[in-house]
Amino acid sequence: MLSTPALLLATMLFGLGLIGLLSRRNILYMLLSLEIMLNAAALAFIAGGARWGQVDGEIMFLFILTLAAAEVSVALGIVLQLSYRFRTLDADAFSEMRG
Amino acid sequence: METLFYIAAAVTLLATLRVITHVHAVHALLYLVVALIALSLIFYLLGAEFAAALEIIIYGGAIMVLFIFVVMLLGPLAVEQERTWLTPGAWVGPSILALVLLGEVGYLIVAGDLPAISIQEPRQKAVSIALFGPYIIGVELASMLLLPGLIGAYHLGRRLSSEAR
Repeated sequence: MLSTPALLLATMLFGLGLIGLLSRRNILYMLLSLEIMLNAAALAFIAGGARWGQVDGEIMFLFILTLAAAEVSVALGIVLQLSYRFRTLDADAFSEMRG
Repeated sequence: METLFYIAAAVTLLATLRVITHVHAVHALLYLVVALIALSLIFYLLGAEFAAALEIIIYGGAIMVLFIFVVMLLGPLAVEQERTWLTPGAWVGPSILALVLLGEVGYLIVAGDLPAISIQEPRQKAVSIALFGPYIIGVELASMLLLPGLIGAYHLGRRLSSEAR
């Protein structure tokens, strides 16, 4: 049965993505880390579906894929805008809102 | 099966680790493509063939191409920058990891009648029936998500081109 190691792998991938998201300041790498975390969630769904022999895991994978495609297209447009206006990709430089 | 899974998991973890620790964006994207292909092999071993194919086609194909386009658009593509991107050290690591995956796929094909490699048609049928049966509201929600995504991407890209000095 491969579900338990698959869930462990999903946890580790999610942790790696979270570490990348928190440690990198380049906004492109933060997007890549988000992709890694989405993939880890998809792997967890697939592992759950394989464990119970149901198709719901694959259907949730389809929805995660749709979400990732929509998210990436908008986020990359925002990255292009930011790099055009601020001439940098450093996430700390985008502090005009004093947040 | 188990050995194949653990090798693919190791490849995924190594490639992901290189993604989040790399400085060059194109190199990180190369490693991310390898990680996605290894992940699709894991999906295959878990019995989700359709998900594995979609992972390669949409994630490894479409989304990574979007990323590469944006990386190319971001900076001035100077010749010396391209030269640093295409050094042999850039593709040796991903090539080794991809060769490991190729060996696994070759073993799966040569080993023949493993349960993982048999095409289970009823399962795909069940996926389709469930997708357009109980989950039809999810499909509608996905379409409602994709249309604002399309409009948003068009809007952001259009303002960039019209304001270009």
